[in-house]
Amino acid sequence: MDRRATFKSSWLAFALIAPQLVLVFIFFYWPAAQSLFWALTLEAPFGGTTQFVGLQNFETVFSDKLYWNSVRVSILFALCSTTLTMAMSLLLASFVDRQLAGYRVYRFVYFWPYAIAAPAVGLAFRFIFAPDAGFVSSINKVFPNLWNPALDGLDAFILIVIANSWKMIAYSFIFFLAGLQAIPRTITEAAAMDGAGVLRRLWDLQLPLLAPTFFFLLVINITESFVDSFGIVDIITGGGPARATDLMVFKIYSDGFKGLDYSMAAAQSIVLMVLVVSLTFVQFRYVEKRVHYA
Amino acid sequence: MISKTLVAAGLSAIALMAGANAASAQNRIKFDYWYGLTGQLGEVMALHCKRFNDSQTRYEAVCTGQGGYDKAEQNTIAAFRSRQHPTIVQIYDAGTVNFMLSGATYNAVNFVKDFDMKVKWDDFFPGISNYYATSKGEMWSFPYNSSTALLYYNKDHFAKVGQNEPPKTIESWFDTVRKIKAGGHAETGFCFDFDTWMPLEQFSAIHNLPIATRNNGYDGLDAEMTFNKTKFADYMKDWKKLLDEGAAKIQTAQTGKTILQAFADGSCSTMLSSVANHGVMHSTAKQGLNWGVGMLPTYAGTERKNSLVGGASLWVMAGKSKEEYEGAAAFLDFVLSTPEVKWMPTVTGYIPITQSAFKAMDNEGFYGQPDKQGREIAMQSLTFTPPTPISRGIRLGNFTQIRAEIRSELEAAFTGQKDMQVALDEAASRSNGILRRFEQTFRGKQLP
Repeated sequence: MDRRATFKSSWLAFALIAPQLVLVFIFFYWPAAQSLFWALTLEAPFGGTTQFVGLQNFETVFSDKLYWNSVRVSILFALCSTTLTMAMSLLLASFVDRQLAGYRVYRFVYFWPYAIAAPAVGLAFRFIFAPDAGFVSSINKVFPNLWNPALDGLDAFILIVIANSWKMIAYSFIFFLAGLQAIPRTITEAAAMDGAGVLRRLWDLQLPLLAPTFFFLLVINITESFVDSFGIVDIITGGGPARATDLMVFKIYSDGFKGLDYSMAAAQSIVLMVLVVSLTFVQFRYVEKRVHYA
Repeated sequence: MISKTLVAAGLSAIALMAGANAASAQNRIKFDYWYGLTGQLGEVMALHCKRFNDSQTRYEAVCTGQGGYDKAEQNTIAAFRSRQHPTIVQIYDAGTVNFMLSGATYNAVNFVKDFDMKVKWDDFFPGISNYYATSKGEMWSFPYNSSTALLYYNKDHFAKVGQNEPPKTIESWFDTVRKIKAGGHAETGFCFDFDTWMPLEQFSAIHNLPIATRNNGYDGLDAEMTFNKTKFADYMKDWKKLLDEGAAKIQTAQTGKTILQAFADGSCSTMLSSVANHGVMHSTAKQGLNWGVGMLPTYAGTERKNSLVGGASLWVMAGKSKEEYEGAAAFLDFVLSTPEVKWMPTVTGYIPITQSAFKAMDNEGFYGQPDKQGREIAMQSLTFTPPTPISRGIRLGNFTQIRAEIRSELEAAFTGQKDMQVALDEAASRSNGILRRFEQTFRGKQLP
């Protein structure tokens, strides 16, 4: 007997998946096709004078050294932010999993930051880390000019990495905690009886068993830091100082919406899409091979 | 018993009134008006709408704030592309070119004729109308909230170094700034941010220096940037010198305090800002802050010209019904009538935009009121000379992006990553790239 559920008529199957397909079409394929069309044309802001220009927009984008600066900043941002997020959330999840003092409260509140909108996070971090007036400004009283994200590109970069990670740690934390709690107690207890310490158990038992969660969070975090960091950059640094935090997604916004150059923004979106898709492909092709699903 | 009857009567009266209001609101012809200003100024925009609606039985303006000048422009464009645009929209100075080339507007000159409006074009101050006019002098939009830049100075700090007047020249201004800092009379003598409006646009206008060829772009889309080769470059180098000496300081929202906040709490002795902030300063300055304003200083030996108008104008959009246009005409006639033009400066720092309103206000003693003193200096600055082809304004494609490029390069130069001249040359060449791209996008179109 065939174990799969089969439909006698294919129209019913189509009808059932249609809503999903329509959503994917409207929210992904259609805008993507529109972007591709704009990327190959010069589009006046109000429309009406569209001219086909072939690959000119891509040539302009690729020959702009500031665009490459923004690619470099974005990749660095994704690496730093993902590393910090995953390390911190794993650490926090292990603490809660080990039921350290107050873990019930932490388990509850660690998720909150993810529920805060990015611009609100940005505003909070801008105030806290403002070099003249913020909470952190006291450090400048001891070491003058040590911290100034308004004028120092590196400080600004560190600030957006921290802000983005702070938000994303919450999300990763929940997944790590769920993953850790799904590991049968008997395994860790057996290891403990054999004399394995906390770190040994984490490294040899829990981490390998967490691999699927780890992989999932890696993909999500990298993708998010490429495409979803806009709100934080816009509020905290506005891409500055001197383009030190001009992430690709922020440059698309400023060229497209502030500069009203839809064609240039569309070309950059296509490049960003190709980059994220190929990064995800690489991760599934090479990293996932080393992941064992239980 | 009596009270119950009273309450019932009151309730039914309220119900009647509400019903009557709803009925009249339903019968009124509605049209959309979008404005860009936010915060306290946004509230004034909404109030101006309400004043119109209260004066009307036939028409009703449905006014919606868009959350910023740039958002108002973006949203109008997006709305126009899906035919959901408003009848009137408030567009800032830098957006003028886009709207002129859009083919999406109903030109103000024609609109005034077609709908028999009362607007008298020659009553506007020439410095204001010339900025928004086409190269042939036709008005395509209606001047509305208008301002210009001033020097704000702390009178107490100045008095401590023997100065009782705002500085006339840049040399004496910087001299005072250095003395204030050296004497320890303030945390910093001059604070600035990276906004190009004051140092580049206003400075170039009053010194009659071109920012770009083709009369700052008014004569054609093929203009090229020239600001990196004018005295503006020296001006920026002088700023950098002050910054390096520690006499000046960069203040932005990111450093924790904007220039307005730093001036208002007395930590900074001078700043360049719009007269629109004159009212803001009165409401936010710390107790006892003794401050005044002066015209923007010029380099010694300069033959001073008028400063530029800033702010926004009102555009009528194409493709609306005759009734909506009649409503829009009534609205525009209302907000540009003398009583309303006089009202605006009483609730904001904006200037009266027509000569008749200004004269009336001057006669009524508006500028003698303690909290309005100094406002007249904005009028003197704006009308100092008739506008020259250079001091008339700036009409460059995608000027918002050009400002952003210059800003980024100034950031690089002021934070010491680049030499000032190298940064300005880079900014000019990148701006030229933007202009060429704009020219190509509007190939075959002429600036009106």
